[in-house]
Amino acid sequence: MTDHLDLLESHAIFILREVVAECERPVLLFSGGKDSAVLLHLAAKAFAPQALPFAVMHIDTGQNFPEVIEFRDHAVERHGARLLVASVQDSIDQGKVADPGPLGPRNRLQTVTLLDAITEHGFDAAFGGARRDEDKARAKERILSFRDAFGQWDPRQQRPELWQLYQGRVNPGEHLRAFPLSDWTELDIWQYIEREQMELPQIYFAHERDVVLREGMYLAVGPFVEPRAHETVERLMVRFRTVGDANLTGAVLSRASTLSAIVDEISLANVSERGATRGDDKFSETAMEDRKREGYF
Amino acid sequence: MKLAAKDLLRLATVGSVDDGKSTLIGRLLVDTRQLFDDQLSAVVAASEKRGVGDLDLSFVTDGLRAEREQGITIDVAYRYASTPTRKFIIADCPGHLQYTRNMATGASTADLALVVLNVAHGVKEQTRRHLCIAALLGVRTIIAAVNKMDEVNWSEAAYLSVVDELRTLSHELGFESVTPIPVSALLGENVVERSSHLDWYDGPSVLQALEACEAGSWTHSGTGARLPVQWVLRQNGGGRTYAGMLNGATLHVGDEVTLLPANVTTTVTSLTSGSGPRRAATAGLAIDVGLADETDAGRGDLLATAPLPQVTKEFVATVCWFGDQPLRSTQRLRLKHTTKVTPVRLREISGVVDIETLSVNPGGELTTNDIGLVTLQTADWLVVDDYRDNRVTGSFVLIDEVTNATVAAGMIGRAAFL
Repeated sequence: MTDHLDLLESHAIFILREVVAECERPVLLFSGGKDSAVLLHLAAKAFAPQALPFAVMHIDTGQNFPEVIEFRDHAVERHGARLLVASVQDSIDQGKVADPGPLGPRNRLQTVTLLDAITEHGFDAAFGGARRDEDKARAKERILSFRDAFGQWDPRQQRPELWQLYQGRVNPGEHLRAFPLSDWTELDIWQYIEREQMELPQIYFAHERDVVLREGMYLAVGPFVEPRAHETVERLMVRFRTVGDANLTGAVLSRASTLSAIVDEISLANVSERGATRGDDKFSETAMEDRKREGYF
Repeated sequence: MKLAAKDLLRLATVGSVDDGKSTLIGRLLVDTRQLFDDQLSAVVAASEKRGVGDLDLSFVTDGLRAEREQGITIDVAYRYASTPTRKFIIADCPGHLQYTRNMATGASTADLALVVLNVAHGVKEQTRRHLCIAALLGVRTIIAAVNKMDEVNWSEAAYLSVVDELRTLSHELGFESVTPIPVSALLGENVVERSSHLDWYDGPSVLQALEACEAGSWTHSGTGARLPVQWVLRQNGGGRTYAGMLNGATLHVGDEVTLLPANVTTTVTSLTSGSGPRRAATAGLAIDVGLADETDAGRGDLLATAPLPQVTKEFVATVCWFGDQPLRSTQRLRLKHTTKVTPVRLREISGVVDIETLSVNPGGELTTNDIGLVTLQTADWLVVDDYRDNRVTGSFVLIDEVTNATVAAGMIGRAAFL
């Protein structure tokens, strides 16, 4: 029987092929997180046995979990992909964005680095692993989402997107974001990873780690998170539900150390993945919409 | 715990502004516990901030700043719900006339339309327009939530009068199945929980009706198998396979297929989907196909089993016009149909649909949000089915050559009710 995972997989593969056929220079944005890992896995399927017809690009804030960078390099090598790294530190050094300091948040700064890299390489389409269930602004976005010459998203002027007729025409300087995982939920992603027995960074699986509780989130003590005077370092069994910057991504208490245990945990969760773990979404009610308008992922 | 395989039901909300579409979806998600605690808290906080009471359910789907400020839906919100055996993709569509293009976006892939009506107002012009577009788009099943029953003191007479009006319209539009349900989305009566105020009603709740519907009907069709070629894959050791999304009938290894428009017949020797080689593939699967004979098939060609589609450069179509300016025969347009893009010219506007009477007024001009019958002429050969037989090979969009905007949705042939 064809189940919902088969249909989601097929739809994503269809979108990947359609964008590659219609656009001149696509690129796949890859963070090493679970969603971009699924995206890369699907891209490899879409064009097998041929090599990936596009490069893979990491927008590197320099505040990564080392396990994720290790996984990134491993995954890129296994798929024979070409990796481009665009560095937020370079944007800071060039004076294009203000320096938030070594421990300051760099999430929003990525937009400048991303848009500069898109311009520099002349990309006219960028695949992303964003899902509509992640956030209320993403729930509104088209699968092929138009960006003007300034990289901006205008949620009031989205192109009609009927049936599965994805229309990828842009003028020079403009580009598209393409989201093949739009209709996947977090649970779909995990069920698919389990079905495909995919590899992931180890931080997604339960492990012991030194953490501090800050603003309701367990942050991993490390190079980007130093315990503050009043904070107590605890060693707890945790895992990460999402992977972002080490100083903004909270761990969740968990004993799920296998893919099937994670699927069980997610199917019973009562807090969303971004609500549980992402400091970058907590700035305001429309934090994601505001960042997306500027050209964020 | 092993989770069971699920099917996939796509639905779109339709209906006029302020009749409560977003509130109904908000209620459905809250009462089926599809919203996470933090998402619900965020909706409560946003409601309080804007002084609209404890919990404005429309904020569950109206996620844009402008939508919350104006209390309207501007663009489609996609939300997801799940039961043990079914995944739902819900397109919550805007009701305003000016956002009809977004409603059509949401409804184009829907298996069913969930129409929301205000029991005090019945079928409004915009309800008619949306139902007309849903019917044109090939939706055959509707669930009608007759909303705001609390505002008419749960009156059966008021409900029945709206149902009468709705049934008359549904009959004209040719819907195959209509399930009316009296609800109060605000109070959560008959959405998930059965209502205690409606002793006279013994039908299903909205959720029960949704669970009973057939899933995947949007890809069902009466045609043979259709594979628009998207991409040619070169296999190791030579040979090629042809990749695309299958629709129409099931395709098997060993089937005779015709490559169109070249009109070359050959046999399927292999079928591969994301999960590997298979003997047969059904609609909705991305596959690649090996063929017995060398062909020069490429993107834009179509592989088909009998009965074969039409090969044409001139055809009649029903279009929903979204352009800001009226459609002109001098306008430079491109047409995208399956995986084929070709220059196209307007030959004739043979009529414009009057939404009130569902009649076609001859000639005239197509302005924003109008539905019309047109004759189009393409530069390249297209391989088409009538839209009523196949929603993939029967559909196209028109693209403005200058702005690249998508300016029309088109359906090949003429809808039965026109």
